[in-house]
Amino acid sequence: MIKPEVYQALGLKDEDYQRIEKILGREPSKTELAMYSVEWSEHCGYSSSKKYLKLFPQTGKYQTLVGEDSGGIFYDDLAIIFKMESHNHPSQVEPKQGAATGVGGIIRDIFTAGARPIASLNSLRFGPLTEPYNRYLLGGVVDGIAFYGNCLGVPTVGGEVYFDESYSGNCLVNAMSIGICGKNEIARARATGVGNSIMYVGSSTGRDGIGGCSVLASAEFCEGEEKRPTVQIGDPFTEKCLIEATLEALKTGYVIGIKDMGAAGLTCSTSEMAGAGEVGVDIELDKVPRREEGMEPYEVMMSESQERMLVCVKAGYEDQIHKIFDKWDLHAVVIGTVNDSKIVRIKENGKVVAEMPGSSLTEPPIFDLPYEKPANLDEMNKLDLKSIPAPKNLNEVLLKLLASPTIANKAWIYEQYDHMVQTNTCVLPGSDAAVIRIKGKEWGLAATSDCNSRYCLLNPYRGAQIAVAEAARNLVCSGADPAAVTDCLNFGNPNKPDRYYYFKNCVEGIIDACKVFETAVISGNVSFYNESPKGAINPTPTIGMVGIIEKLEQRVTSFFKNEGDAVILLGETKEEIGGSEYLKVVHGQVRGDAPSLSLDAEKNLHSAMLEMVRAGMINSAHDCSEGGLAVALAECCIGDKEKQLGAAIAELNNIRPDALLFGESQSRIIISANEKNAAKIEATAKKHAVPFQIIGKVFGNNLKVMEHIGLPLAQLDKSWRNAIR
Amino acid sequence: MKFGVIVFPGSNCDQDCFHVASKVMEQPTEYVWHKDSKLDKFDCLIIPGGFSYGDYLRCGAIARFSPIMKSVIDFANSGGLVIGICNGFQILLEAGLLPGAMLRNKGLHFICKYVKLRVENNNTAFSSKYQKGQVLRIPIAHNEGNYYIDDDGLKELKKNDQIVFRYHGENPNGAIDDIAGIINKKGNVLGMMPHPERSSELELNSIDGKGVFESIVERMGKK
Repeated sequence: MIKPEVYQALGLKDEDYQRIEKILGREPSKTELAMYSVEWSEHCGYSSSKKYLKLFPQTGKYQTLVGEDSGGIFYDDLAIIFKMESHNHPSQVEPKQGAATGVGGIIRDIFTAGARPIASLNSLRFGPLTEPYNRYLLGGVVDGIAFYGNCLGVPTVGGEVYFDESYSGNCLVNAMSIGICGKNEIARARATGVGNSIMYVGSSTGRDGIGGCSVLASAEFCEGEEKRPTVQIGDPFTEKCLIEATLEALKTGYVIGIKDMGAAGLTCSTSEMAGAGEVGVDIELDKVPRREEGMEPYEVMMSESQERMLVCVKAGYEDQIHKIFDKWDLHAVVIGTVNDSKIVRIKENGKVVAEMPGSSLTEPPIFDLPYEKPANLDEMNKLDLKSIPAPKNLNEVLLKLLASPTIANKAWIYEQYDHMVQTNTCVLPGSDAAVIRIKGKEWGLAATSDCNSRYCLLNPYRGAQIAVAEAARNLVCSGADPAAVTDCLNFGNPNKPDRYYYFKNCVEGIIDACKVFETAVISGNVSFYNESPKGAINPTPTIGMVGIIEKLEQRVTSFFKNEGDAVILLGETKEEIGGSEYLKVVHGQVRGDAPSLSLDAEKNLHSAMLEMVRAGMINSAHDCSEGGLAVALAECCIGDKEKQLGAAIAELNNIRPDALLFGESQSRIIISANEKNAAKIEATAKKHAVPFQIIGKVFGNNLKVMEHIGLPLAQLDKSWRNAIR
Repeated sequence: MKFGVIVFPGSNCDQDCFHVASKVMEQPTEYVWHKDSKLDKFDCLIIPGGFSYGDYLRCGAIARFSPIMKSVIDFANSGGLVIGICNGFQILLEAGLLPGAMLRNKGLHFICKYVKLRVENNNTAFSSKYQKGQVLRIPIAHNEGNYYIDDDGLKELKKNDQIVFRYHGENPNGAIDDIAGIINKKGNVLGMMPHPERSSELELNSIDGKGVFESIVERMGKK
């Protein structure tokens, strides 16, 4: 008789256990129980989210690949595969290894699809740096990403870093990776063909990461818990060899299917490959290479040891595959065969230790969870502008915002990442989006990740729309047509209705925005239970977006280029400061509504921008986001360390100066252009119904904005560049 | 001429160097696996950057025992051109083909960014296309680029004009005497921490590194 403590310790609830007994018609073995516990965990099974995830648009203006471990789009003769995934809880517990294995995991998802990883991005969120543990987390996470990503030789080209009290006690580490392969070279994560072999390749199996996806990733952090042993340990050198060996093996044509062993390790890879291929598999567990003596079968099945893959190989060609992995000093062992039973059968030394229908593992219970508007939301949305005193010294406000870690320059972080290896990075970190060339092609890729979680806290539906809109805007500012989306949905405990309200509304916001922009959601990940005793994190639906630059030479950066260029504002500045960085940093308040957003106006802005880029009318483009117009202007002036240029801004509309300068109205882009192009730019803006205004020109060594701001570039630079180090 | 690009497990700039040698310089180029030993068909060997053997133990310390390294040493001793970039430089130091050693960067962090280099000696097979004193913009990307050599060694380097590149303006890693690249006494083995292959094409925002490859091709003769 299995005691409740046993399955509860594995993260299973009473009703889960009863369901398992019903499926098997008997009491489960220890190994079976372990397998269900990891495969049905929220992290692997998506029980609480599937209902809404199904609603994401799977088609858009580019042909898509959806439904595998990672998704992608097709363009020219290539498939562009990308995905974002969370590694929040491991990073909170052990920042270096947590972040490192997050990078390792997402990159494996890319090359198991047959694509060579060409770029990574990271979206990171921490509590304020005034708390020592948050500093430790920032340092450790950055170190982990550098340790793993640099060694692999995949450039970390972009991302975002936010700081907010809600992440104290539960940081977020969302890793995104992009890869490319020929249209017909995509590998599938499935086993087919009775009699074909199941091979285990890569590193050996140890006790690390047991319960990583269940007890660590699918539960809140509680007081005084020790969860460090559930974190996996990464070996980037092995992964680098695994990338090369895997891509080489796929070229032979003898690989039927392949899947990485990430969360839930062997359990996930065996059951999901069998499930996807609608076959059964017989696995002989004693053949699995191990790094520790005396491991129990359930430990082998649950282990999340890194740098391992499961491969279905055409019978008779195992030696050829073995030879390739052997060349890279990696294991490659036949551990099982494909049969037509649809049963996953695990044997250890000839004895069956687990036997169940594969589909029972891969089809976990789906919940329709209740949601309820958070009780404090209406109160939070109240903001009377008159109650906010107008600051006397706006220069001071600007300097303070530039030094706010969320806005400040992130060079200390991205310079620790190799962002140039593979020699494709055409726009380096620091501009609106990273731009990557594809050798031999005249087109290129742009990529970004975005989410202002404060907007989502105040207005989840619109906040999520803004995340999509801003990502797309960053791409068009770089000259790219927004192509498709991957997302990483970070929320609190889904069993609390007010948390689930945020999830539901954010997902709906993403869906509606993606429909208007015709950008499919091709892959993604959900991370629930991001809560500590201090409460839930801000709802954070991180959007990763990839765009296509038709002609690479048309790429644009955000920095002013030439003295004398006209500075033009596209879009409208409204009197709105709700949810702004300004309201928080200067007035200590998180309230109001998220900025207003018209998806149609946003789309018009994108169309206008792309037309201007393709006609070569503009010299720079920068999206207005956190910190508003003033911060965006300052970034245009000082962003390029090697060529800083001032600006004199004289023409702006007449609203409250703090809202004018620091309000975060959406759908705005600052461009600079030769004055002789101004008329053409105006005509293009008009054609797309985009508000257009020449606001000043690139000039001198100061940033001057009407009578409000007058600061030397050196002073702006000092505040902005030295805040994070 | 023909380039050979050595590939150790963990090399990750091998494809970048191959691309510049074969596509930008348009010279015949082949990869050489670390377990191979025949190098006689090559005119210049590139030991690329990366993390050979994961840089476990110490950068380059394991790679130097790789089977290919004996052949590389023979190749260098018989006068063939060898250039080690970043991890390749570290391997050349460990193999004793160049003097000195690498310490961790003074800031104790990996640094990836553009730096300025000054050409100190343009009278080499690797730098003849530059002017002496020319300032180049070439990126670095390393954790252990803090070059060290003892006083006598440094005197030797200076006396023999073996310092080919120095950091100009900011010294990013604490390297002694701002050293970024050195050559052996014979003039056929160069090691440099910055990555010339990352700045050899206009799309990548600088072509200041191309001169290194152009110098080699000029010395060995176009195909």
